[in-house]
Amino acid sequence: MIKLEKLSKVFETPGGGSVIAADQVSMEVPEGEICVLLGPSGCGKTTTLKMINGLIPKTSGSIWVAGRDTDTVDPVELRRSIGYVIQQIGLFPNMTIEDNICVVPDLLGWDRKKARRRAGELLELVNLDPAIFLKRYPKELSGGQQQRVGVIRALAADPPVLLMDEPFGAIDPINRGVIQDEFLKMQKELRKTIAFVSHDIDEAIKMGDRIAIFKDGHLVQYDSPDDLLARPRNDFIASFLGSDRTLKRLSLLKVSDVMLGDQVRVTAQDDVARARDMMQEAGHRNIVMVGPRGRARGFLHLNDIRDVTGRVEEHFQALPTTVNVDDDLRTAVSRMFRHDTTWLACVDDDGFFKGFVTQRAISHALGATYRDAAQPAEAFAEAL
Amino acid sequence: MIQGAVIKQDRLRSKLAFAVGIIFGIGLVAGEQGYVGDIWRLYSEDITYLVVQHVKLVGISSGLAILVGIPAGILLSRDWMQRYSEAILQVFNIGTTVPTLAILALSITLLGIGFTPAVFGLWVATLLPIVRNVYQGLREVPAHLKEAATGMGMRPLHILRAVELPNALYVMFAGIRTAVAINVGTAPLAFLIGGSGLGELIFTGIDLNDMQMLLAGAIPTALLAMLADYLLGRAQYWLIPRGVNPLR
Repeated sequence: MIKLEKLSKVFETPGGGSVIAADQVSMEVPEGEICVLLGPSGCGKTTTLKMINGLIPKTSGSIWVAGRDTDTVDPVELRRSIGYVIQQIGLFPNMTIEDNICVVPDLLGWDRKKARRRAGELLELVNLDPAIFLKRYPKELSGGQQQRVGVIRALAADPPVLLMDEPFGAIDPINRGVIQDEFLKMQKELRKTIAFVSHDIDEAIKMGDRIAIFKDGHLVQYDSPDDLLARPRNDFIASFLGSDRTLKRLSLLKVSDVMLGDQVRVTAQDDVARARDMMQEAGHRNIVMVGPRGRARGFLHLNDIRDVTGRVEEHFQALPTTVNVDDDLRTAVSRMFRHDTTWLACVDDDGFFKGFVTQRAISHALGATYRDAAQPAEAFAEAL
Repeated sequence: MIQGAVIKQDRLRSKLAFAVGIIFGIGLVAGEQGYVGDIWRLYSEDITYLVVQHVKLVGISSGLAILVGIPAGILLSRDWMQRYSEAILQVFNIGTTVPTLAILALSITLLGIGFTPAVFGLWVATLLPIVRNVYQGLREVPAHLKEAATGMGMRPLHILRAVELPNALYVMFAGIRTAVAINVGTAPLAFLIGGSGLGELIFTGIDLNDMQMLLAGAIPTALLAMLADYLLGRAQYWLIPRGVNPLR
């Protein structure tokens, strides 16, 4: 847990004036969550972060890290108990990857063998082969590999709290996405308490359990990404989040959140007349045909089968595409637009048919807040 | 690019020096009845004695310069010294514009004639490039490395030892190499203030207009300079860790 209470920082300028870099910042990052400190440059987010591990001395206020008031702890000891990742990565060029990872364990006086073993395990965690990388020097690694090592170095001594200062800022967008995903996967297991500075709103939405937006040293809003996007507190936040902030929420919601878990379906052997009845009864204009074990195979459109007879397998059309229930709505909407359709059949990892998602249901979910939308969208099946 | 070119030049230079050295060596050994052979026959005793003197002079003065220069450079590079260090280095810089011969002459006024003032003069001439390079090398260690080190909980002395010095080592070594090259080349002048060394043969040779005697001093001096540069080049190659050594 990280708790800041009325934390302030005033820098004296050479002319005798002063600049307030952080003004009475109070916030709390609960155990196991990622809090993204977000804002334009010069807003005080980095200053706030660096006050937590004492790299910048605070002017007033108090800081608790993992239950301890930092004033009562020796700063050097405090820093050894907090993982720290910086934008420039900061791997020491004179040390091998192994020694770089072992810096903090060595400082803490761990058994050398134990520390080295841990370095190997951590490398495996980020998909780098220890046999290849342990003895290499930083300059022999690509930027993305260095960044991964930078992150696991911070994790080496298993600190409960991590401070990350734009940790993925120096990597190309493709690699950044990959590393972000890897990191989130690791975080799911590790449950560290993380303060994470970023200036990239998309990164903040993706990584943050909570987002703290700073402006001119003030903490303006501190909320979950979804609440922030749904209810920006003022014009500054709204404009900072961007005019497309509603669309940004698409990546926060999953298909399963708005899916109509409809059990209406037909099999290939069913009679067309039965399919027609089922559609009319449910008020749908389309119905999905499933295979013998329930995999989505195709669909029928009401208009196409109004005057025909026979079995479903003689009349069905192939599904243009499907979407996984665990995908985010951004993916779902993108597929809908690509295939010019207003609905998608949802499947699980094995291809079993789970339900529908419709454009109407999605736009309703975006219009409402996260919690309201969490109620199933049964009412919005008419587009089907 | 530029660094790469410099490195290549560096490598070429040490290879060249080595090759020239070998050729001279072969000349000395095989040229029993040649010109060089004559010189060797006439002056071998002087040469062996004076080479030892010369090496002593160079070794002691550059050794002392390294011993003093590195701590001085470290001290000047500390953050709390920043206010003064540029001014101090400016004074040093002006110091280098004074010709070495003048420095040697001035050291007579302080220490009289003989070995000690010679060592002192050479020490002064050698000190500056070492201090400047140590200072420069340490100041050029990227700030984010120091930040990362502090952020991970290293104490200042540990950062100096484990992060700053290793990363400055290449630049520091370049300074030492330059300094020693200057030192070996300047050492013959020590003869003028009563220090010993190969300068004895060179200057006496000039005075007596004796070309053989002059060469008996000049050739070993040149060989020593090349040998010193070659050895330091090798040391630079092997002693600096691979991660911060652009040569490897």
